[in-house]
Amino acid sequence: MAEAVAESQLEYLSLNKGQKVLYKIGHFFSAIPKKLGHFFSSIPSKARKQGHGITKIGKNIADSVVDGDWKTRLSLLVMGSGLVTRHQIIRGVLYFLYEVFFIVYMILVGNSSLKGLPSLGQLGRVEYTIQVVADGMPMEMSTYLFFDDSFTILLYSIITICLILVFVFLWYNQLVDSLSLQRKSYIGKYASDKQTLKNALDKNYDKTLLFLPMLGLVVFTVVPMIMMIIVGFTNYNSSHMTPTKMFDWVGWYNFSNLFTSSGSSGHVFLEVFGKVLLWTLVWAFFATFSNYFLGMIVAMIINIKGIKLKKLWRTILITTIAVPQFISLLLMSNMFSSTGVVNNLLESWGWINKAIPWFTDATLAKVMIILVNTWIGIPYTMLICTGLLMNIPEELYESAKIDGASPFKMYFKITLPYMLFVTTPYLISQFVGNINNFNVIYFLSGGGPVFVYSGTNIPYQVSGSGVGQTDLLITWIYKLSVTATSSDYGTASILGLMIFAVVAFFSLIFYGNSRSVNDEEEFQ
Amino acid sequence: MTLPVENKAKAHYRSHKRALHIRNFLIYTLLVIISIIWLIPFVYLIFQSLSSTYAPSYFMPYLNTSENIAAGYPIWTGANYVTLFTDTNYAFGRWYLNSLVIAIVSCAIETVMVLGTSYALSRLRFRLRKPIMKLMLILGMFPGFLSMIIIYFILKLMNLTGNIFSLILIYCAGSAMQYYIAKGFFDTIPRSLDEAAMIDGADKNTVFFKVVMPLSKPIVVYTILITFTSPWGDFMMASYLAQGKNELMTVAVGLQQMLSLANKTTYFGTFCAGGVFVAVPIMVLFFWLQKYYVEGITGGAVKG
Repeated sequence: MAEAVAESQLEYLSLNKGQKVLYKIGHFFSAIPKKLGHFFSSIPSKARKQGHGITKIGKNIADSVVDGDWKTRLSLLVMGSGLVTRHQIIRGVLYFLYEVFFIVYMILVGNSSLKGLPSLGQLGRVEYTIQVVADGMPMEMSTYLFFDDSFTILLYSIITICLILVFVFLWYNQLVDSLSLQRKSYIGKYASDKQTLKNALDKNYDKTLLFLPMLGLVVFTVVPMIMMIIVGFTNYNSSHMTPTKMFDWVGWYNFSNLFTSSGSSGHVFLEVFGKVLLWTLVWAFFATFSNYFLGMIVAMIINIKGIKLKKLWRTILITTIAVPQFISLLLMSNMFSSTGVVNNLLESWGWINKAIPWFTDATLAKVMIILVNTWIGIPYTMLICTGLLMNIPEELYESAKIDGASPFKMYFKITLPYMLFVTTPYLISQFVGNINNFNVIYFLSGGGPVFVYSGTNIPYQVSGSGVGQTDLLITWIYKLSVTATSSDYGTASILGLMIFAVVAFFSLIFYGNSRSVNDEEEFQ
Repeated sequence: MTLPVENKAKAHYRSHKRALHIRNFLIYTLLVIISIIWLIPFVYLIFQSLSSTYAPSYFMPYLNTSENIAAGYPIWTGANYVTLFTDTNYAFGRWYLNSLVIAIVSCAIETVMVLGTSYALSRLRFRLRKPIMKLMLILGMFPGFLSMIIIYFILKLMNLTGNIFSLILIYCAGSAMQYYIAKGFFDTIPRSLDEAAMIDGADKNTVFFKVVMPLSKPIVVYTILITFTSPWGDFMMASYLAQGKNELMTVAVGLQQMLSLANKTTYFGTFCAGGVFVAVPIMVLFFWLQKYYVEGITGGAVKG
């Protein structure tokens, strides 16, 4: 086996560059069955591991019932009691407070909202008339009573489910803690609050550092995300707007609508979706890599030894960051409008006869958007690269110079690998960020020029939203949910999910294969 | 009397020097061109802010001669800056103050959170490390503003709508996701430094603040700048939460509102004047922070 590998490596090394690429591609595909096989063959062992974990949980709970002293048994009901009675006052009290909060919340809110989840509310707005006296004249006036609000029910249900999960997790944790403290006390070991605090800065430092950031992410990112995904399976749109009306579950309708709705000119919705998706990917690719490489080059030029006024050059580039993006974008779109300053100057110099349609011709608009984006993005990359480039050990370059390496070779063998190592995850996040880049498109072209479809039965997701040829999926979603004549959150959310799927697919592939993830300590 | 070898060396030195001069000349030319491209929009912004009428199709105002005034051309004036601070329809001073408070407080909190997260993910080893990194990658993929409505509802539940601290809370809550750059940088700092400090009895907290942070100045600078800039220029979330109320608006929201269609021609100059003012804090901050860009800090930290 080892010989075969060595042989194939020798063969591989003797290939030229083009063949190497082909070999790698071929290898990737030929490895797929093996990887799949490996994946399926690992399922039993993974399942066993999972099963083992679950039985361990069960065993711990059973142990604390059977072996536990009164303190541990009491903490089955009163969270934290096993800790408070064993010198761990702070943690014990925190556990107990959460339990109190949880019970109060469940009685007041959680219970009723969970009950409303399957139906998303029975009774929405009820109109009735009352007799009022206005200007001495009795008259009838209609008033409304609001009962169930589908949106609130859904949101509260999600929050309730999260709180229940947290409760179960904490309950189990404090039980195990209590049990282990009990066992330690048998051999005369005690851990007090002081020890807890000390651990927080050393052994459990990861928890100290990550607690607040993770809490923030869960409350303001994870919960909204789950909620938005769920909205994709309802008919939440302008004709079902809470609190006046209620919305309801529609299952996969929004999703299937994307593929089945057809007008007189074929599957318009699907066609537009395909075009927008393609442009989104093209845009994200060019926007990410043009910024990255050009920015790195600018940073390297400014960093060259012997170049004076470094601070000045950097500060000039920073003006772009200093002016908020939407201001510079609005200015740019003003400058390049058909009667804008650029066309005006070019005309007065006699270079052109009629105004260049910078942002009104689809192809030119796409090029312009990418160019303007480099104008915005290069300073950011420069900022990142300046710091990182300075950290590359000078010895590497010196020894390369002694060996007679050309600047290009040094760039490709030292600088680029180092930078890619540090920034691959950032690059992926930039790619993702560009797929969701709202500002640039919204303020520059506004998504225009619009797709024109003649015929009847054009789905309102296309005709009503005014989706254009430079629209990304994200701006289309914006149009659907905010500016469209009849807003449609359900479809918007499904489109959001589609973005999510596409992006997740690409970036997880990159992420899994990047060296900075698999080999984190390579450059120390 | 000079030796031929010496002459040759001198000639070589001269030609090398000439090559260096040519190279430097080319680089400076390039830098000047880059600077011009990057400054033009900013200069245009300043000129527009000094123009007497709405004239976005002229690059700069005309000279203040009587003929130009009579012909109705835009001329130089500082009136827009006066309007900016005195106009009763808009409260620029209030917006500016709001923005400053939000940006400074978020910058302080976020910098600590970002660097702390990066440090934990780079240096500490715990069970959930890789799942957390993947989770954050995936969370970043979800289009953010779709969740704005829901964030607003959550804030309402917490009774936090109607003051600017809700914005600070939101910015800080999402800050952990900016860990990429700092984490990548921390990865390149030799672990042997940590170990040496720990042998001397330092706990992980001390290692973070006394060993790793001093070696990471460029990345601290970067983090401070980014965490100041993004709340300072953020538009979407801020405008959604302001709900059209002057006392809740940030500069970005307020200025955008100035340009609403009906006002565009009247307030364009004032808008540009505002834009110039908005740029000042970040340029000052950057100019001040630049001294921490020092070459090769970790070089030579480990011997052998």
